[in-house]
Amino acid sequence: MSTAAQASGEPAARPPLAEGGQITDRRDGRDRVISLRGIRNKFGTTNIHRNLDFDVFRGEIVGLVGGSGTGKSVLLRTIIGLHKAKEGSIEILGQATASASEARLANLQTRWGVLFQEGALFSSLTTAENIELPLRERARLRESKLEELAALKIAMVGLPPDTAGKKPSELSGGMKKRVGLARALALDPELLFLDEPTAGLDPIGASAFDDLIRQLQRSLGLTVLMVTHDLDTLNAICDRVAVLLDKRVVAGTMEELLAYDHPWVRGYFHGPRARAAGIGGDSGRRRGT
Amino acid sequence: MADISRTRDIAEGDESAPWWRVVERDGGRVVEAGGPWIVMALRGLEPGAANPPAAARAIDIKAVTALDTAGVTELLHLRRAAGGCPIEGADEARSGLIELVEKNARQAAAAPPPVPLLIAILNDVGESFTRFLDRSARLLEYFGEVLVIIAKGLLRPGRMRVNATIVQMREVWIRALAIVAVLCFLIGVVVAYQGVEQLKQFGAETFTVEAVGISILRELGVLLTAIIVAGRSGSAFAAQIGTMRVNQELDAMQAMGLSPVEWLVVPRIAALTLSMPLLVFWGNAMGLLGGAFACEIYLDFTVSQYFARLRDTVGINHFWVGMIKAPVFGFVIAAIGCYEGLQVKSDAESVGRQTTTAVVEAIFFVIVLDALFSIFFLSVGL
Repeated sequence: MSTAAQASGEPAARPPLAEGGQITDRRDGRDRVISLRGIRNKFGTTNIHRNLDFDVFRGEIVGLVGGSGTGKSVLLRTIIGLHKAKEGSIEILGQATASASEARLANLQTRWGVLFQEGALFSSLTTAENIELPLRERARLRESKLEELAALKIAMVGLPPDTAGKKPSELSGGMKKRVGLARALALDPELLFLDEPTAGLDPIGASAFDDLIRQLQRSLGLTVLMVTHDLDTLNAICDRVAVLLDKRVVAGTMEELLAYDHPWVRGYFHGPRARAAGIGGDSGRRRGT
Repeated sequence: MADISRTRDIAEGDESAPWWRVVERDGGRVVEAGGPWIVMALRGLEPGAANPPAAARAIDIKAVTALDTAGVTELLHLRRAAGGCPIEGADEARSGLIELVEKNARQAAAAPPPVPLLIAILNDVGESFTRFLDRSARLLEYFGEVLVIIAKGLLRPGRMRVNATIVQMREVWIRALAIVAVLCFLIGVVVAYQGVEQLKQFGAETFTVEAVGISILRELGVLLTAIIVAGRSGSAFAAQIGTMRVNQELDAMQAMGLSPVEWLVVPRIAALTLSMPLLVFWGNAMGLLGGAFACEIYLDFTVSQYFARLRDTVGINHFWVGMIKAPVFGFVIAAIGCYEGLQVKSDAESVGRQTTTAVVEAIFFVIVLDALFSIFFLSVGL
């Protein structure tokens, strides 16, 4: 794929981006699971995103990073359809969401799962009921099957079986996230959105959660898009990283971003925390992609 | 994964439904499975146990077009029904998926057995009893703390949080004036109208003025205002403090060494205790005005005639009987609202539950207290 539509305004020092905001094209013939073109989001009089292109390909884990106020969460909400973009087109799993009929959109929603930052569990329902809800409402399975699948999902996210009967208020922050992940996986989606999956977890819990996501992604063949600030997560499990810079997305592998010349990117990937996470140094060889 | 439409309804023989059949092949019995074995299509699958295939040599899943974890659980059921034979025809990804589900299903099945019913009932009884003791202790502690802080404030008025109290008074008094005025006025009209209708039969319709005056001043004005305030301010107190609990604001206060009772509860109680008499006075005035309005229409009394008769026939004691109750009701409504707010656990559902409880309990106690007051005033001859 050759370099395509290129916006003006990029400093001359940086080479133009490839299609979908990539530094160099890494598509490799894979499907585009998410494809954003020319997105503009506006709050009040300020544009948060302008002329933003972004692609996520099948079977990869992409981390979305950016400074505070660059609109990471807004972008995620835009993709999921919780926020309507002023301009631009969004295609998810080959479906244009803006023009999709209600039935098609409902169908599409069964093919993705979302883990919100604090889990967003329904506080009046038990853990098992939280996981059963999408199964009951969307897949219409029989009751015994619901229980079996809920128990399976609870085991898959590494929680003990007795979690099933507990209310969200009885769970710790890390357990809530795991239950949220189990609920997101309830309908066996192809695409998983994670909003700060490791925020608020201790380092051991965070790296266990990273491993869990990687393992589930491999065995279920998921495509994952996550908003994260955790440099360890980026380094350990993300195949590509998308950075929100100057209202647009610049996406590349860790190596490409380390070589990318932009003050924010330098500060982020060459800062002390990045070094502590083993990024940039020789010791920081990433897992193969 | 093959592209299949997940929205199509599943019908007999449809390619969008999962299926399995038993065939004789390669000198043995083989269960062939096909179609999409995925969660959105499973509704069409017969439960494996209801129609078990006889013991087979293998399960062949080559014809399966799509497979997910829910589908694997059904395959595992099918395999159990077929005598635990191996699953054939899975590529590497599918074998991995089957292995993952198998491992986790074993763990999920290891759930502890349910507690026997008798033990469960005993557990329940014990739990509710300790909850009751706990609740009583907390209620006692709360009222103790409130009274201590009020006493301290009375001894050293400089410690009272006057600003917070005034802010709350604006909310519970000034902002309630309109609704109290409208409702009391209407009740005044209704009582007067009913009085005229009933008393006319005895030719005693002029006594309507006494009926309105006494019922509004003694009971209706203060009760109606208390119910409005319980619904309006008692619920607001519970929800505000409860939401602060959910946001950990109360924890933050306690960590700074600030008492939530002193900072949040006492100003609200003080504000409502002071505001209630003012609101009741206003409500009474509006009720009497409503009576005057109705009397002018149905009785041809002028407003000045009405008030002259009111002054001559309705003693000031009726006014005081009503007014004495006002601060007591205000205190009870605010104290219950704040207490229920403090009892909120850290989830959204309990904010709603405690708010409802606050309103119901406040109205309940207001009416019980009103009955006790009636007995008291009767016995002292007021």
